[in-house]
Amino acid sequence: MSELMTGAEIVLKALQEQGVEHIFGYPGGAVLPIYDALYQQEAVQHILVRHEQGATHAAEGYARSTGKPGVVLVTSGPGATNAVTGLTDALMDSIPMVCITGQVPTHLIGNDAFQEADTVGITRPCTKHNYLVQSVEDLPRIMHEAFHVATSGRPGPVVIDLPKDVQFAKGAYMAKAAVRHKTYHPQVKGDMAAITAAVDLIASAKKPIFYTGGGVINSGPQASQLLREFVRLTGFPITSTLMGLGSYPASDRQWLGMLGMHGTYEANMAMHDCDVMINIGARFDDRITGRVDAFSPHSKKIHIDIDPSSINKTIMVDLGIVGDCAHVLEDMIRVYKSRAIQPDKPALEKWWQQIEGWRGVNCLAYEQSTDVIKPQYAVQRLYELTKDRNSFITTEVGQHQMWAAQFYQFEQPNRWMTSGGLGTMGYGIPAAVGVQVAHPDALVIDIAGEASALMTMQELSTAVQYRLPIKIFILNNEYMGMVRQWQELLHGGRYSQSYSEALPDFVKLAEAYGAVGIRAQKPEELDDAIMQMIEAPGPVIFDCVVSKSENCYPMIPSGAAHNEMILGSDAPQVNVSDEGRVLV
Amino acid sequence: MTVENYSSHTIAVLVDNEVGVLAGVIGLFSGRGYNIDSLAVAEVDGQSHMSRITIVTRGTPMVIEQIKAQLGRLVPVHRVVDLTIETESVERELALIKVVGTGENRVEALRLSEAFRARVIDATPGSFVFELTGRKEKLDAFIELMRPLGLKEVSRTGVVAISRGPNPL
Repeated sequence: MSELMTGAEIVLKALQEQGVEHIFGYPGGAVLPIYDALYQQEAVQHILVRHEQGATHAAEGYARSTGKPGVVLVTSGPGATNAVTGLTDALMDSIPMVCITGQVPTHLIGNDAFQEADTVGITRPCTKHNYLVQSVEDLPRIMHEAFHVATSGRPGPVVIDLPKDVQFAKGAYMAKAAVRHKTYHPQVKGDMAAITAAVDLIASAKKPIFYTGGGVINSGPQASQLLREFVRLTGFPITSTLMGLGSYPASDRQWLGMLGMHGTYEANMAMHDCDVMINIGARFDDRITGRVDAFSPHSKKIHIDIDPSSINKTIMVDLGIVGDCAHVLEDMIRVYKSRAIQPDKPALEKWWQQIEGWRGVNCLAYEQSTDVIKPQYAVQRLYELTKDRNSFITTEVGQHQMWAAQFYQFEQPNRWMTSGGLGTMGYGIPAAVGVQVAHPDALVIDIAGEASALMTMQELSTAVQYRLPIKIFILNNEYMGMVRQWQELLHGGRYSQSYSEALPDFVKLAEAYGAVGIRAQKPEELDDAIMQMIEAPGPVIFDCVVSKSENCYPMIPSGAAHNEMILGSDAPQVNVSDEGRVLV
Repeated sequence: MTVENYSSHTIAVLVDNEVGVLAGVIGLFSGRGYNIDSLAVAEVDGQSHMSRITIVTRGTPMVIEQIKAQLGRLVPVHRVVDLTIETESVERELALIKVVGTGENRVEALRLSEAFRARVIDATPGSFVFELTGRKEKLDAFIELMRPLGLKEVSRTGVVAISRGPNPL
C-alpha cells in the first residue's frame, strides 16, 4: 500500500513526473490547496500572471518555442472563463496545453455557488478534451492522461476541472507508467501504399509545389530537417502557411515565401497553376484557399495530416495520408531514394522560369519614405539587426502580424509564435513572457500593434517581476490597421471606431511598469533606437511611430481566387464581390 | 449545395460511458452545423462501461465523411462505424403511441394496430397505448394512420441498428 497523499500533492507529483518545470497561473479560492502544495516544493516554478488569459497565451508561447506542453493553473468561475480565449487559441493552432481549473466542492456543483461556472460545459468545444475530477482515486490517472492527450496526435489543450474537496481528499498516487489510455492512440505511421502512390505522383510532376503548415513544426525539429532534405532532393518550390514559417529556411532559393491572403504573389500563383500539390501538415484554411471552387483547379493534391478530419474537409484531395509529418516524410524519402527517381528536369526548369517571372513582380515592394517610418521598413530593420542573435518573435494580430510574416525571415522552426487560427489580439505580450521563461538568454520580441498590445499590456508587469527582458516592438499607426484597411477597401473609407484615440504615452507607460521606454519617429533614428532596445537588459516597450494609413499588400480580396491577387500598385482598383463582402 | 446528393446514414459510435461523452457528441453536431435525424444511446456493456450511440444523419458524401472523422477525433470514442455503407445492417425503432377515442375510431385503431402487429400495452375505456417496433417508415405510416383516429401523443426511441451476419462490428 503506497502512502496516501492529498489531491493537491498528487497534482504536484504528477506535474513533476511529467517533467513540468514552469506553470503559468493565478491563485483564487478554489485552488488554494494546490497553491499551498506548490509553496512546499521547488521543482515546479510558478509564474504569476496578471490575468488568466495571459497565463494561457504564455503557456502557448512556452509550448510553441520548446515543443513541450504549456501548463496553466487558474481558479474556478472567472479564472476558468478568462482562460477560454487562450484555450480556443490553442485548439485552433494545435498547441499542447494542460490547464488545471479549480472548481467549487463537489457537493456544491450545480448550486450556483460563489465563483462557480460549468467549466467542462463551457470548455468542451474549445478543448481537445476535458475532465471533471469527481474522486481523488481518478486524479493521478486523469493527470497523466491529460498530458498524453494534449501532446499526442494533433496537439491541443486539455482542461482538468478539479473540485476543492478533491484537492483536500487523500488518495494513492499512480505513476505515469501505470496509466495507459483506453481509447486515444493516434496513428503516426502513414499507409505505405498511399506513400508509394504519392511518390509516384511526385515523380511525374511537371509543375509541383510543397505547401507546408504548422503540422511540420508540431511534429518536432526532426520533421523540419526531413522536409529540408526532401525539398532539396526534389528541387521543387516550397511555400508555407503562417503557422509553418521557419520549418524551411527563408533564405533558401526554393522558398517562395508565405502563401495565402497576404502571402507572396509567386507563392499564390504557383499554388494556382501547379500540377501536383504536396500539402504537409496544413489544413486548407480559408486564409489560404481564397475562393474554394477556384482553388488550384488543375492540380493533383496530396495531403499529409495527423488528423483524419482535416483530410477532405474543405478541399477534396487525390491522396490523403493520415500520419505524423516526420514519420511520413521519412518513409517518403526512403521510397523516393530506393526508386532512384529523377525529377523531370526540363519541365521543372520551365516551371522555375515561370516562378521567377512572378518573383520578378516584387510583390512586397513598398514606397519608401524619408520623413516617416514605413512599418515594412521597421520590420526589415528589426530583422537585419536581430538576425544573427538567438531571437524569437511573437506577434499580436493584424497588419503588423502580416508585415512580420512577410519581412522577418525565419530560418529555424519554433522561433515564430503567432495566433493564426483564432486571430487573438493580445496574444503577443503574454506569449513573449512564456517564450522568455523557456529561453531566459534569448532575445524575445513581440512585434505588436498599439491596439493589440493594450489588450494584455498588464503582462508587462509579469515580465518585470520575473526579470524577463521581453521587447514589445509596437508599430504604432494609431489605428486598428487591418480593420481600417478593410474599411477603406470594403466600406467606403468610413473608419468606424477603428481610430485608437487617447493612446497612452508608451514611453511613460513602460517607465510606470519599471521597464524601459524607447520611441522612434524618423527613419534615420530607427537603427540606433533598435540597438538601444536590444542592448537594454530588461523589458522594453518600443514605440515605433509609423505611417498612419499604410495598407498591407499583396492581398487576395475576400471571395477571390489566388490568381486574382491585388498588388500595392493596383490598390485603387480593388473590387470585392458581394459574396466576398460577407466573408471575413 | 443541392439537396439531391444528400443521403441518410446510420452511424454507430462506441464510447466509454463517462461524464460528458454524449454532450461532446451532440455539441459536435450543433457546433459544426450537422443534422441529427435521430439519436439513441444506452450502455451496452456494463462490465467495460461501454455505451453505443446510434445516430441517423444526412449530408453530402463529403459532409458524412467529415462527420465520421470528427466523431473519431473525440477522445472517449472507441469506434465509429457507418452502418449504411460499411456493412449490411438491420434497423429498428420502437414507438409508444397514445390514441384517444370511442366508437368507430376506437375499433378502427385497434384493427389497424393488429394489421401492423402493434401491441396494446395500456387501455382505458377511452384510450389505447400501442407499442410498435419496426423500421422508421413503418412507424411513420402507422402514426399517420392514427392521426385522424385520435392520435394524442407519441414517444419514439430513435433508430438502433446492428450489422447482419455472425460478425460483430
